[in-house]
Amino acid sequence: MQFDSFSAFLEMGGYAFYVWLSFGVTFGVMILLVVLSYRQHKGLLKSVLKEQQRQVRIKEAREKSHASSAR
Amino acid sequence: MWKWLHPYAKTENAYQLCVTLQPWLWVSALLCLAVGTVWGLAFAPQDYQQGDSFRIIYIHVPSAMLSMGTYVAMAIAALVGMVWQWRTAYMSMIAMAPVGAVMTFVALFTGAAWGKPMWGAWWVWDARLTSELILLFLYIGVIALYGAFEDKQQAGKAAGVMALVGVVNIPIIHYSVEWWNTLHQGATISKFDQPSIAPEMLWPLLVSLLGFAFFIGAVTTIRLRSEIVRREMHRPWVQKLAQATSENS
Repeated sequence: MQFDSFSAFLEMGGYAFYVWLSFGVTFGVMILLVVLSYRQHKGLLKSVLKEQQRQVRIKEAREKSHASSAR
Repeated sequence: MWKWLHPYAKTENAYQLCVTLQPWLWVSALLCLAVGTVWGLAFAPQDYQQGDSFRIIYIHVPSAMLSMGTYVAMAIAALVGMVWQWRTAYMSMIAMAPVGAVMTFVALFTGAAWGKPMWGAWWVWDARLTSELILLFLYIGVIALYGAFEDKQQAGKAAGVMALVGVVNIPIIHYSVEWWNTLHQGATISKFDQPSIAPEMLWPLLVSLLGFAFFIGAVTTIRLRSEIVRREMHRPWVQKLAQATSENS
């Protein structure tokens, strides 16, 4: 450990603002990227499912209207 | 090698490979990033000139190196897509682009926060800084160009050409500190003959570099999976996959 105390560690030899700003923004942006990427993936899979169900409904409706027009 | 590599041109196999690799990449990334950050912040010795402000190096150098590395990887993917007509290659190209853009942003931001206390300025129009900023614009350009086409095969080709042309910027960034008179310091660790950095400072930096690399790999796999799903929406295996995920959640 290079620092005598935890408060000295937080002070970073007087450069606290710059050091913690850098690390904070870096990890913040990285976490944001991860969250957005996973959310996008989940959303995509959901939209695939929705589209699939829509296709099934369209098919059903078409068959129904076909049956009624044949009568 | 071709025999081994070729099955991954098929999107379903590429997707499965991503699923298998992902947990390993995440574990390695978290481990290396945690070790590298704690080591760098608390245990590495102070710099005799810059004091504790030099600790920004543990995120600045890895992100800067890998912003260039990711760009090269992206350009190679574009080349593979063009030469062998692999759709998956274009997909990985576009999966990497936002990750590389984030790395470039991190490099620029941490550079600014390091420059302020050391140089007295957040930003100077210096060769190294300017060429790195151009790299950010290249990434954004590739993403925007890809998004501008309705037909994603066309989009991949257009964005791929841009990615390839942009490669000229990589040696410019690397040698900018030698070719021009700049405020930015020269290379310290990529001089393989004799890195001019103390080993106690170098080791945490290498661990951190590895952590960033694994992180980029991990995010790229999830983004590649998304890209595959988006492009293969109507394939039966994707539909099955979507059903399976909704049942699990």
